[in-house]
Amino acid sequence: MAWILSADKPIYSQLVEIIQIQIISGKYKAGDRLPSVRELAAEASVNPNTMQKALAELERNALIITQRTSGRIVTEDTELIQKTQTNLASEYIKNFFRTMKELGYSSDEILSLVREMAEKEYTS
Amino acid sequence: MEALAEIKGLTKVYGNTLAVNHLNLVIPRGRIIGLLGPNGSGKTTLIKMINGLLTPTAGSILINGCMPGPETKAKIAYLPERTYLQSGMKVCDLVGFFQDFYEDFNKDRAFSMLSALNIPFTAQLKTLSKGTKEKVQLILVMSRHADLFILDEPIAGVDPAARDYILKTIISNYNENASILLSTHLITDIENILDEVIFIRDGQILTHMPVDAIREEYGQSVDAYFRRVFAC
Repeated sequence: MAWILSADKPIYSQLVEIIQIQIISGKYKAGDRLPSVRELAAEASVNPNTMQKALAELERNALIITQRTSGRIVTEDTELIQKTQTNLASEYIKNFFRTMKELGYSSDEILSLVREMAEKEYTS
Repeated sequence: MEALAEIKGLTKVYGNTLAVNHLNLVIPRGRIIGLLGPNGSGKTTLIKMINGLLTPTAGSILINGCMPGPETKAKIAYLPERTYLQSGMKVCDLVGFFQDFYEDFNKDRAFSMLSALNIPFTAQLKTLSKGTKEKVQLILVMSRHADLFILDEPIAGVDPAARDYILKTIISNYNENASILLSTHLITDIENILDEVIFIRDGQILTHMPVDAIREEYGQSVDAYFRRVFAC
């Protein structure tokens, strides 16, 4: 996932989310070593202190582990990675429902629209 | 560790104009700080006083505990808004000039950045475009191993692709004990690389906050917040 950052949200929380996605999608697999703060900051074109803050947050959530000798690695707890995936998914779905309700759709209508779209994509 | 720079009660009067008005500021180490304000707000006057190019009317400036002078100039890498380089000099001679002038200058770093931006070493400065001239000057300044980098409008004339390269260079080159103070109107382009921003108006500091604190508190980018605060 590219480092596309939006203007109205704190930068560090967006970095947290992008790195979570990179781990979920397997760019960095369980047990992989992460690049240094500076390398990640340069790749994302963000301030190194902000990147540091994002990594600290991921450490607090145990998704990333700091080892004294070999830098930062992705957790080997695949259950935790799966949980992170589920959490992100439900957040996206909540946001989607909120937007659709603003457009005037009921939950049932949203579900049938989604089903319709999914079937179209599946057959085409 | 002590602050990199401490400014107290700094004041500069030009005739009847109060350009900087009892300004207090602490610059910590390891930060990239944006100095933002409308035209005529006192940014360049402040920068020139920190560099020892203007004498304050009142107040004090300490950099690494020293008043502006030869010791502080050796530790500050300054990119002025206007060029002071001889336009007849070749790029490679300018690198040699900086090498002779500054003990902390890293020639190899300068040449590697010049190559990355495809700037011919043997070209005379005056034969280069406005943007390329700016790149050369910025490269010379960023190739020093200074404690404080002060960049006055560093990217204004530079194309977006080179801007990205320069910003990445700033991120990957500066060391943790050094800080960068940069003034610009191109807030959107640089706000992701800043730790904090200073808003200056009428020679005084209006706001001094981390970028993410502004986004969290006001739900908008520094650029949008600036436009709101300084709306005409």
